[in-house]
Amino acid sequence: MSATSVDVKTLIIDGKEVSARAGQTILEVARENNIDIPTLCHLDGLGDVGACRMCLVEIKGLNKLLPACVATVEEGMEIATATERLKKHRKTILELLFAERNHICSVCVSNGHCELQTLAQQQGLTHVRLPYRNPQLPVDASHERFTLDHNRCILCTRCVRVCAEIEGAHIWDVMGRGIDCTIISDLHQPWGESACTRCGKCVQVCPTGALFDKSKIGSDHPKYPEFLPWLNLMRESQ
Amino acid sequence: MTIEELDQIAESVRAANAKFDYEVNVCMGTGCLSQHSDQLKDALAKEANAQGKNALIRRTGCMGLCAAGPLVLCDPDEILYQHVKADNAQQLVASLGGDPVRKLQCDLREHFDQQVHVVLENSGHIDPERIDDYIARDGYQALLKALIEMTPQEVIHEITEAGLRGRGGGGYPTGLKWSTVAKATGDFKYVICNGDEGDPGAFMDRSVLESDPQRVIEGMAIAAYAVGASKGFVYVRAEYPLAVARLTACLRDARRRGLLGNNICNTPFSFDVEIRLGAGAFVCGEETALIASIEGKRGQPKPRPPYPAVSGLWGKPTLINNVETFANVPPILRKGGKWFAGIGTEKSKGTKVFAITGKITNTGLVEVPMGMTLRKIIEGIGGGVPDGHAFKAVQTGGPSGGCIPAEHLDIPVSYESLIQMGSMMGSGGMIVMDDTSCMVNVARFFIEFCMTESCGKCIPCRAGTAQMFTLLTRICSGSGTMDDLELLVDLCGTIKETSLCGLGMTAPNPVLSTLKYFKNEYIDHIVHKRCPAGVCNIHAPAPEAASPFEVLA
Repeated sequence: MSATSVDVKTLIIDGKEVSARAGQTILEVARENNIDIPTLCHLDGLGDVGACRMCLVEIKGLNKLLPACVATVEEGMEIATATERLKKHRKTILELLFAERNHICSVCVSNGHCELQTLAQQQGLTHVRLPYRNPQLPVDASHERFTLDHNRCILCTRCVRVCAEIEGAHIWDVMGRGIDCTIISDLHQPWGESACTRCGKCVQVCPTGALFDKSKIGSDHPKYPEFLPWLNLMRESQ
Repeated sequence: MTIEELDQIAESVRAANAKFDYEVNVCMGTGCLSQHSDQLKDALAKEANAQGKNALIRRTGCMGLCAAGPLVLCDPDEILYQHVKADNAQQLVASLGGDPVRKLQCDLREHFDQQVHVVLENSGHIDPERIDDYIARDGYQALLKALIEMTPQEVIHEITEAGLRGRGGGGYPTGLKWSTVAKATGDFKYVICNGDEGDPGAFMDRSVLESDPQRVIEGMAIAAYAVGASKGFVYVRAEYPLAVARLTACLRDARRRGLLGNNICNTPFSFDVEIRLGAGAFVCGEETALIASIEGKRGQPKPRPPYPAVSGLWGKPTLINNVETFANVPPILRKGGKWFAGIGTEKSKGTKVFAITGKITNTGLVEVPMGMTLRKIIEGIGGGVPDGHAFKAVQTGGPSGGCIPAEHLDIPVSYESLIQMGSMMGSGGMIVMDDTSCMVNVARFFIEFCMTESCGKCIPCRAGTAQMFTLLTRICSGSGTMDDLELLVDLCGTIKETSLCGLGMTAPNPVLSTLKYFKNEYIDHIVHKRCPAGVCNIHAPAPEAASPFEVLA
């Protein structure tokens, strides 16, 4: 059997010449070459939605910024991942997130293990210029094992995707529009009364302290979303 | 159905109409219907009977001058009457063949004579629910010509030659879009008509669908033939019940006449259209969100590429065009691309329908050739600002567009010139504002609209528009600072560049354009704590505390 030919693309990311297979995303290729592009809604093993806009990159000759997690590579692309323009936008987006709901790290279970917190530190966000919205949001503690704190949710929809794509239960979804968007379980039932399979995948993939294990309150609560690519790999091999 | 049969139908309708001495067309678009033009039509029919006049009383679609409704057009003398009530029926019928009723007569030569009707050529002249009326005015000739005499490539070539550009706002060349979909590989392709018109103050698509729905269906069928699609969807807002009803009737009639369905006109081409109702989300006018909505999913946009032309509805290549774009297709095929390219400017061809609303004398629907100046549209056709007020600005392109001030009224209307002014063509809404409008408040209104209509998927649009609204509210209430203004401009930049779809990318436009032309109003609110137009409720600043020395003295 003849080896199927692989369509190889060569491109430049941050001045470095790299090669990639056709169909790969810019993010994949960048990470393979140790170029870090910040992400928030992206998670290895889940389908991408391109919603958080953290991974936007500049492409030479294109006025529009493209999300690296969904934009695929093309021959001869010249990509810049950390220009001043991008850094400024990333900071502003993080500011928007911090001002949107009630993110108070000192009283959060995820303090020290939070992707939002880490990202803010990496991007050098020292203060928020925007007025805090301080919304009054509920906490759903109806589930026997886990809790959903809407105050810390950034609507990345990782929980929605992991439940629908990997677990196959699809109990999570988004309700409402715009600034009033909320994560709901089933058709807006309390989580404890929903069709939840109690697998806990959503808790592991949640980048902030919005979803957490009740048994971990008051202690360190690191999350381990790395299981996803392995799970996918094992499923594919079956 | 063959061309001969089509001609036969047209002939019989014309013969039937010729038997009448008079034709009385009663506008029954949404605007006139809200003023009971249906009762007027019944009264006219009754009166004609009683007085023994041999008159055809016909229900028609929009005649354009919505502000003066209900409108009645009497042929053959072409006398237009305005503000007609059922009580006037007796007078009106009696005047047929004699002197017109002076006090009801609408004499707006300037309003009508400067317009060029391509899309609206049948509006106000045919009964929208009678397919034969449409056929009598050359309807479906273009489809049959395409099916029988032309190859799909020739159809696309004709559209490309016409220079038609998307009328939904973006202005993407229609021919190019069609050829992309035609080239896309796939066993099944779709054609979607985007009738999810959500801009505040825009009603072009609604009027076209209400007045001449067959034209849109014919346009879709031609497009489907050109790109190789066999299934079409019309996505129309549920808030347009009359448009939906007329569209439903029109689809049924077209199927009955064999102009939709399997093997249309004994050719291998099969095509049918279904209606899908939108639930009123503005973002569903964005093509990827619209497709998600048809698929039964949450109406949220997806990052492009892949474009719908490659992977659209259910992953199949999909052609998606606006109502007005499809409505332009039949005349282009009938009269040729060259004829169409002869209207308009160098880069923007043809005509554009505008819905003129706000502080304007002749509120309503107009169709003008591209390249006409804004002044001519507003002061000439629109009749200018009423009640002696001064014109201040016109907002084009809805919430995604911008405000154009009086000093730029002489620019010709085209896709490029409007973008240059910091606005955009949009779908064709034009909101005229006079000196009683506060531009900061106007910007706040549009940002509020974008905030509530944001789908919430991407952060810049979801949280950014909400922050902009907060800052603008502060400025309007007199508690804003110059730092707030700086922050607002900064936010505009990020939202514009980083949002996922067109809604977010264009949401800052109203703020940016008002800041560009009316910065002094922002300064007035922030520094002088007053609203020049007297709209914003700013409490007078507390009188300065008396100097301590005075107290001592």
